[in-house]
Amino acid sequence: MTDRTLNYLGLALVGIVGAAFLVLTPRFAELDVVLELTIYMIMAILALSLALIWGYGGILCFGQAAFFGLGAYTYAIAMFNIGESTMPLLLAIALPAVFAALLGYFMFYGRISDVYLGVITLTVTLILFNSVNSTAGPEFRIGAARLGGFNGIPGIPPLNIPGNKAWVVDLEGMFYLATGALLATYFGLRWLLASRFGRIIVGIRENERRAELLGYDPRAYKLATFTIGGALAGFAGCLFANWGAFVSPTIFGLAQSAQIIIWVIVGGRGTLVGPIVGCIGIQWLTTALGANQPSGSDWWTKLLANAPFILGIILIAFVLLVPKGLVPTLGDWGQALLRARTRRPATGLKPKQAEEG
Amino acid sequence: MDLVILLAIQVLYAIASLALISVGLAIIFGMMRVINLAHGEFLMLGGYAAIVATSRGVNIWISMLVVAPVVVGIIGVIVERTIIRFLYGRMIDTMLATWGLSLFLVGLTTAIFGNTTVGISAPLGSFQIGAYRTSGYTLFVIGVAAVVLFGILVVLRGTRLGLIARGTMQNANMAAALGVNPPRVYAVTFGIGAALSGLAGAVLAPVSGVFPTIGVAYVAKSFITVIGGGAAILSGTVSASTLFGTINQLATFATTPVFGEVALLAAAIVLIRLLPQGITGRFFRRGL
Repeated sequence: MTDRTLNYLGLALVGIVGAAFLVLTPRFAELDVVLELTIYMIMAILALSLALIWGYGGILCFGQAAFFGLGAYTYAIAMFNIGESTMPLLLAIALPAVFAALLGYFMFYGRISDVYLGVITLTVTLILFNSVNSTAGPEFRIGAARLGGFNGIPGIPPLNIPGNKAWVVDLEGMFYLATGALLATYFGLRWLLASRFGRIIVGIRENERRAELLGYDPRAYKLATFTIGGALAGFAGCLFANWGAFVSPTIFGLAQSAQIIIWVIVGGRGTLVGPIVGCIGIQWLTTALGANQPSGSDWWTKLLANAPFILGIILIAFVLLVPKGLVPTLGDWGQALLRARTRRPATGLKPKQAEEG
Repeated sequence: MDLVILLAIQVLYAIASLALISVGLAIIFGMMRVINLAHGEFLMLGGYAAIVATSRGVNIWISMLVVAPVVVGIIGVIVERTIIRFLYGRMIDTMLATWGLSLFLVGLTTAIFGNTTVGISAPLGSFQIGAYRTSGYTLFVIGVAAVVLFGILVVLRGTRLGLIARGTMQNANMAAALGVNPPRVYAVTFGIGAALSGLAGAVLAPVSGVFPTIGVAYVAKSFITVIGGGAAILSGTVSASTLFGTINQLATFATTPVFGEVALLAAAIVLIRLLPQGITGRFFRRGL
């Protein structure tokens, strides 16, 4: 089989599995399971936003939570002020995108290296957390929306069908919306990465100097990638605010930022399926740990139910032992197996991992 | 006039505390090119070490100035031997691994000490400046920062240890050829950086209290300081903490502490845009 047919087969597989999941789940699962799955889908969109800018663009962004949180807060604030969800939804995508573009302009046109970039994005997230966290007083309001500080904003109105305020999206509708959005995001990114633009950003990731010598301006391409990632994260934030009808500053927190990075690391950089798998796996694990709060007060039982502790171990273990992530590593094993079976003569050329997934 | 003196002390304190929380990170970054994202947790552990020791009856000065740095220094060496040494030269992986370490430590301390703030009351009372009162502990923190910075200068410039450290920092292979053992220098350097972080965490514990996630509050400020300062350890830390501390304190004085922090960040982003290599990348290049 050629790589091309494999590629189409993969795409078709994702499409079929996704469509089956979309149609069948609400029919057979309990409502609480559907609710749980919805949040996995939303977080997977967030994971994809980082998969694009880090996995393909090579931009290490520790602050993806900033765009996610900004999207959620923008939607909430706009919703209280406008009351019809079309504008708030668009704002929740546009505002994080503009913020990402401004921040990205400073970083990329300042020629800041990878590591500094990570630190700056992390710092921006933390400052946002501190700022929003301290807005508990009644004087902190934007129009009709009170920011609420560490208490967060409760009772956020749900999305409605554009133009019809009465027709709001219910819990099941939210599942369809989130799953559909995830599938659309996945296929959209596949298309983007297969386009000329996608080839160039991967080229820049592989060798920035060389891409520049070929006449591409890496700064502009990185800025565009970063902005698209910010917009996507903002969109996920908007869905998140819908899902719980609640946002609080923890959305900007270190734990949230760390999680997004961990999803991508665990699943595999340079793939799109990997971060989705990593996201759903880790989310499921975190929920399971949280649900099993032990009754005893032994400190070690508390430790095993402690999400940061477990996530920390997972992150260290993956960086040290499985740096490529699950999906590429499994892919390597699969290929080795295939090669052993067919005994194809080695060509000496390894297929490029980065452009699959 | 009194207000001016008070404000000057506040600005000095802001500078001193920034320098204190950043210098451990600056040593590790400046010498080893390792970005330690668990830095905030090292400070937090220093705070806990001091508080636990004090509650067990150790004199408060000894637990702050001796126990905390020793405990965190040992932890630092263990971390270097078990995690960091496999990742030299892979800067991003080091960041990720130390971030994992940071989560790990937060989880561990939450399980052991609970999620509440513990504190020790600041010794040294307060004194009068005209119509205002200010805490004597403020002056103590300024003093500690001065002693630490001066101590680093003396060690790096005047001792054999400092010579070896600077040589390894400039060219590890050449140092190895001359008979120095770079892995050991790295382990010791990391330990010293961690110990200084522990000291800073302990000294600031009476001011801010200690809780498992306090590292978050420190980590952003110290990173911005180190990166704004650039690779030179001493001149970088001093110049950046002077700049950011002044901006932070003046903005705090004019508005609220939150906007003080926002002003600090905004200043840092503009600075990095103008001087991507940090202050010492362009000025004080020959400094330490």
